[in-house]
Amino acid sequence: MSEIKIPIGPQHPALKEPESFSLTLEGERIIDAEVKLGYNHRGIEKACESRNYIQDIYLIERICGICSHSHSTCFVQAVEEIAGVEISARAQFIRTIVAELERIHSHLLWLGVAGHEVGFDTLFMYAWRDREAVLDILALISGNRVNYGINTLGGVRRDIDKEQSRKILEIIKQLTERTEYYIKVATNEPTFSGRLSGVGKLSTEKAKELGAVGPTARASSIERDVRRDDPYGAYAQIPFKVITDNHADVLGRTIVRVFELLESYKMLKYLVQNMPEGALTVKVPRRIPAGEAISRYEAPRGEDIHYVRANGTEMPERVKVRAPTLANLAAIREMLRGGFLADFPIVIAAIDPCFSCTDRAIQLVKDNGAETVDWRQLRDYSIDWHKKRGIDLSRI
Amino acid sequence: MANEEIIKSLEAKLAGAVYNIISPRERRIFAETTVQKLVEVTRLLKEWGMINVGAVTGMDGGDKFEVMYHFNDARGLLLNLKVFIPREDPKVPSVVSIFPGAFLYEYELMDLLGIKVEGTPPGRRYPLPDSWPEGQYPLRKDWKGLATETEVKIDE
Repeated sequence: MSEIKIPIGPQHPALKEPESFSLTLEGERIIDAEVKLGYNHRGIEKACESRNYIQDIYLIERICGICSHSHSTCFVQAVEEIAGVEISARAQFIRTIVAELERIHSHLLWLGVAGHEVGFDTLFMYAWRDREAVLDILALISGNRVNYGINTLGGVRRDIDKEQSRKILEIIKQLTERTEYYIKVATNEPTFSGRLSGVGKLSTEKAKELGAVGPTARASSIERDVRRDDPYGAYAQIPFKVITDNHADVLGRTIVRVFELLESYKMLKYLVQNMPEGALTVKVPRRIPAGEAISRYEAPRGEDIHYVRANGTEMPERVKVRAPTLANLAAIREMLRGGFLADFPIVIAAIDPCFSCTDRAIQLVKDNGAETVDWRQLRDYSIDWHKKRGIDLSRI
Repeated sequence: MANEEIIKSLEAKLAGAVYNIISPRERRIFAETTVQKLVEVTRLLKEWGMINVGAVTGMDGGDKFEVMYHFNDARGLLLNLKVFIPREDPKVPSVVSIFPGAFLYEYELMDLLGIKVEGTPPGRRYPLPDSWPEGQYPLRKDWKGLATETEVKIDE
């Protein structure tokens, strides 16, 4: 049979985020895959060099719409290390609570997408309904569903009060029950595990060799987790297990993420119940002394690395970001080779590549009540805006 | 292992090939080597227990470029190996033969700083588009952006 080369992406219905792939097929089999990265490259590293450290926190938070807190925490940790600043235990706990909430919403989002990609849309709807509860908690704590703006140099910008803690515990209880139910359903449903097992194989040796990270690596029996290996935030104090699995396929990646959800619920419970008292921030000078530091963070998708070089001014000399998806993309080719074209969407989705989920408005209420925009007003504004330009969308 | 022991063991393994070894805190080591010894040092580091290259950072330091390899081990140690290369002739050898996962980071050096990486496997460029003009390296400090009339097409 002759070979055929087909391009997929950057904009393609089978992809949940824009990236360009080129697949070589022989019949239905993928014999080779090539990834062309860079479609989403925005030059953030360069932009960081011409902004001050505080501005950079907000810029870096916008690298990713889902693991925004991961990037900003990773960055501030590096800057705080250079400045020699020790933040309070309470601030560490608040950072870690937001981090685990972020992991839960990210893993639930992933679970939904995985369900959708294999035609199990009920799972998609259930998982995303549950994710809403987590996003509501995040909005309650930070005022935002994504890009929480919790971090600042020297600590956090918002406290978590008793009422919010109570709500977190309430939601965790609900989510634990539901997640356990999904595990039961997924393991007793032969079509689901049958669809996922053996798809997108990545052997332990290959995963190691290609530097895979996060749940992708842990599903290939590699026991690595920055939270345990290089603890930051409050992780040195909280008991948790590193979840691994030996399936080395999409099923394994699903198992790892689902059991990580259960671990995160336990961690959150511990964090909320043992939160120490203390100041939210400590003072950090505007000019960061010359120096360098490298910081690591276990984002929902894996190890995130930030390197910061300071030159004694208000702006960094160099900021380097290595997001987890980049580390996992080297392994994508390996996972796709020999598989079926029909498996392409779920194999890509299984490394949980980052895509933005920011296009949703919430009700914004300023402290002084000066401005409130709800969903309906925003919609009306948009219809009006288009009408003025000759497009009538009011009947849609 | 305590930090001093790690440094001693590293010095014993690399016997003079790396210098300026410092450890600012637990699980962090910074060291320097020369571009001639880079591949050999990388090979020895793998024997010593490093499992992958986590990232490669390139920096424009005026008349010199600095390239830093961030190596991971399995227990949380992060070893940062620096090499300095002249700006007029920026070249480093590829370490892909030792750590195959490093090729994307090497492509990044080539695209963003214009550093030649000798021996890196061929492939589509990353992260800039195929039609990006020659000689434009965004992470160099003297780069102020493309001329406004430059046309850069989206890749196919």
